[in-house]
Amino acid sequence: MHMADALISPAVGCTMWVVTASLIGYCSKKVKSEMYDEKVPLMGVLGAFIFAAQMINFTIPITGSSGHLGGGMILSILLGPHIAFLTMASVLTVQSLFFADGGLLALGCNIFNLGFFPCFIAYPLIYKNIVRKVHTQPYSHQNQQKKDKYILIGALIASIVGLQMGAFAVVLETLFSGISELPFGTFLLMMQPIHLAIGVVEGVTTAAVVIFIWKARPEILDSALSTSSLSNSKLNSNSKSLSIRNVVIGVALATILTGGVLSWFASSNPDGLEWAMFKTSGVEELKTQEGIHTSLSAIQEKIAFLPDYGFKSNELSESNKSSENPNLVDSDSNIVNAGTSVSGLVGGTLTLLFTVVIGVALKRRKSKITIS
Amino acid sequence: MSHHIVQADNLHYIYPDGTIGLDEISFKIHHGESVALVGSNGAGKSTLLLHLIGCLTPTKGDIRIGDYPLNKKNLKAVRRSTGMVFQDPDDQLFMPTVFDDVAFGLINFGVPESEIENQVMKALEIVGVPHLSKRSPHKLSGGEKRAVAIATVIATMPDILIMDEPSSNLDPASRRRLINLLKTFTHTKIIATHDLDMALEICERTIVLNKGGIIADGNTKELFHNEKLLLESGLEKPLTMQGLR
Amino acid sequence: MGNLQNNLFDIFYMDTLACSKTWIHSLDPRAKVLTTLLFVGIVVSFGKYEISILIPFMLYPVIMITWANLPIIYLIKKMVLLMPFAFFIGIFNPFIDRDIILKIDLTFISLLDIARFVDLTKFIEIMGLQNSTGVIEISGGWLSFFSIMIRFSLTVSAALILISTTGFDSVCLALQKFRVPSPFIVQLMFLYRYMFVLIDEASRMVRARSLRTFDADSKMRFSLFVPMIGQLLLRTLDRAQRIHLAMCCRGFDGHIQMVRKMSFGMKEILFIAGWSFVFVMFRLYNIPLNLGILLSKLY
Ligand SMILES: Nc1ncnc2c1ncn2[C@@H]1O[C@H](COP(=O)(O)OP(=O)(O)O)[C@@H](O)[C@H]1O
Ligand SMILES: [Mg+2]
Repeated sequence: MHMADALISPAVGCTMWVVTASLIGYCSKKVKSEMYDEKVPLMGVLGAFIFAAQMINFTIPITGSSGHLGGGMILSILLGPHIAFLTMASVLTVQSLFFADGGLLALGCNIFNLGFFPCFIAYPLIYKNIVRKVHTQPYSHQNQQKKDKYILIGALIASIVGLQMGAFAVVLETLFSGISELPFGTFLLMMQPIHLAIGVVEGVTTAAVVIFIWKARPEILDSALSTSSLSNSKLNSNSKSLSIRNVVIGVALATILTGGVLSWFASSNPDGLEWAMFKTSGVEELKTQEGIHTSLSAIQEKIAFLPDYGFKSNELSESNKSSENPNLVDSDSNIVNAGTSVSGLVGGTLTLLFTVVIGVALKRRKSKITIS
Repeated sequence: MSHHIVQADNLHYIYPDGTIGLDEISFKIHHGESVALVGSNGAGKSTLLLHLIGCLTPTKGDIRIGDYPLNKKNLKAVRRSTGMVFQDPDDQLFMPTVFDDVAFGLINFGVPESEIENQVMKALEIVGVPHLSKRSPHKLSGGEKRAVAIATVIATMPDILIMDEPSSNLDPASRRRLINLLKTFTHTKIIATHDLDMALEICERTIVLNKGGIIADGNTKELFHNEKLLLESGLEKPLTMQGLR
Repeated sequence: MGNLQNNLFDIFYMDTLACSKTWIHSLDPRAKVLTTLLFVGIVVSFGKYEISILIPFMLYPVIMITWANLPIIYLIKKMVLLMPFAFFIGIFNPFIDRDIILKIDLTFISLLDIARFVDLTKFIEIMGLQNSTGVIEISGGWLSFFSIMIRFSLTVSAALILISTTGFDSVCLALQKFRVPSPFIVQLMFLYRYMFVLIDEASRMVRARSLRTFDADSKMRFSLFVPMIGQLLLRTLDRAQRIHLAMCCRGFDGHIQMVRKMSFGMKEILFIAGWSFVFVMFRLYNIPLNLGILLSKLY
């Protein structure tokens, strides 16, 4: 569910970059203020662990497909949300560079979708609240099963919610970008159920591994939970939930602000957000809401400036089909001049050839130099 | 001169889970001495070494390194005068390149920037791998990693060199190179090892540990002739001495 | 497991590529990072139906690959392997966006005598294009689909070129100079360093398991998977502790500094300025279109 550069618009990409960058800045500050030097290797090595662990697969019963450990939730449980977010961000950065998973512009989106929701929403608001109930009790054989159950339920719900939100964000980002034509409803129907399944798998694996660790070395989780303040000290947990709330509010504000500014910029240019919004809302409401559509297309015509391509609404295309000379300029309906598009085709092919020729020529020259 | 003395007085250490790590350890190591620390797996060798560099604090007893008792206040000074080579070089080489790794300690100890390159290269030359300076640690062979790990430590010119199983995982040629290298060092050396042949070559003195306690301390050759002692501590007579018999 | 080793091999290989010694490799990493970001930003800034105007941008990967002596076949293979997600999302476009926005007059192509070799009507049928008397009508969906695929190959190749001409740690250093917070940089460096160690450890564990169970399959039962991951995690946590000790022994106090000489000189300025100029020109002028128009006038 990595977003790809090819599917996002600069406005969306930049907005998410700004949001993610400020989250990274915030987390870095936060991490630095609490026993940082011990955590330096811990964070790094656990990032590498996530990487290695994701390459080990298990068979999911019945379906026969394979699952692996998710990242955000188990990191949050082991290290607390701030470190977990930084670690997820680093994992995704490496993936975007080496495997071009997603890509550079989409990196902001990916870090946000896979890092923010599990670390700052699902973990503190769901997992912690569920597990808090059993955590304060000392570990014993009687309550072991109860503890396991709470961890399982907590991790399951938190993972599902985290992934559902992430998937929803993917849908929104894709739609706001307007490169893909998938209508909102369809895309949603595709993404959410898949990620429900992924969420269940992630929840179960996370819980199983956490329980394993808890049994083998209880002190690890105890210290992790207490540093991320699952402790019963009221004041402490209060300030913590407050800081999470601040993060969420901050992120919302940053998104709206940058998104707003960028889309305002983009509106002077049809490539951007505005146009995408018209497009998606237009697809769904085209037939039922004539009024909105016409007013939107009026706006669209005002802001549109289409150099090489044209587009038009349905009615226009119908009227056009009946027109007699399809291969001539049809300026009224904004259709691209057939001659122009042929020029584009020919010119494009030629440019491509040129590029290849330049490459080959450079290569030739180079090998000559090295030989001589 | 009382410099570079390593002294342990009645050390006790119990791990948080209740395992006894060290049990009444006392010894005194003088300047320039090479001491082998031998014992079976789990005898407490690593635990003892970690005490000497202040990574673990004894439950009871004290350590003196040089002129200082080892405590929080002196920790930095002590770490500056001791260098520890860890068992797994991957744990010790954490920076992106060999150069950065060797420079890491130098920078932290406040060596001026202009001298760093010089000193890094010097350390790498001592262990014989100056050509690796730009390489990433993950692309080195086991022997190369070990050599670089040693370079990271000797670059800061410690007075006391502490090593945890330096010859494990090395092929015979690399092991030989390591032994020859260690022979040239005039530092005080404390080497934990299972490799009794190496101990025999490098160290004139040996301390035998068993279950956290010292069961023998004396001249290496003499100790290794004592088959009963070796058997008791889960060791075997070094091959070279078996041949001599 | 195959996957595990392939990934490791990939990273290793690109790491090796980054060690070559062409002048592109020796450029200051900041110059390459900036140029790459600019390239990606401009490529994605086009409208979704744009195709022809994107084509000149292929000049960047082509030239960089030749200058830096990168193995083009390998990069293309990698790109193709990565294609599915963009393809999967993009392929819906032709089915949803059926408005005809481009018409190509076939009479022009018949002039070129291609019809003799290729049965165009069949091609048109297969592609699902509507055919009305000599004119190919291309729907917006197909255009945007191809646009997505071109964008995809451009942006992906830019990222791959960056990493295989610069190397990960140099990219990190560049980011450090761009004032990315140091905990994040340190995090990236450690992640990268220990990725190799841990993948190796993981693959040894998997191999040991498959030897014991006589099961060559890379997947395993959940009941085996959990203790394996758990063990790996415990070992990892122990390792983190040992690394911390090793760092402390060498005077670590929370700061990691590196002395690396980086010089942002004339070469770097020219590199950035040159490419920026080229990208901006490609952005402002639709070169293929103008070329085509020029040609058709000549014709
Ligand atoms: N972190 C730890 N927690 C609990 N017990 C430990 C820990 N590390 C080592 N031990 C125990 O302490 C004893 C000594 O271990 P160690 O010093 O590593 O032995 P050696 O290095 O001689 O093989 C062993 O019984 C070992 O199980
Ligand atoms: Mg040991």
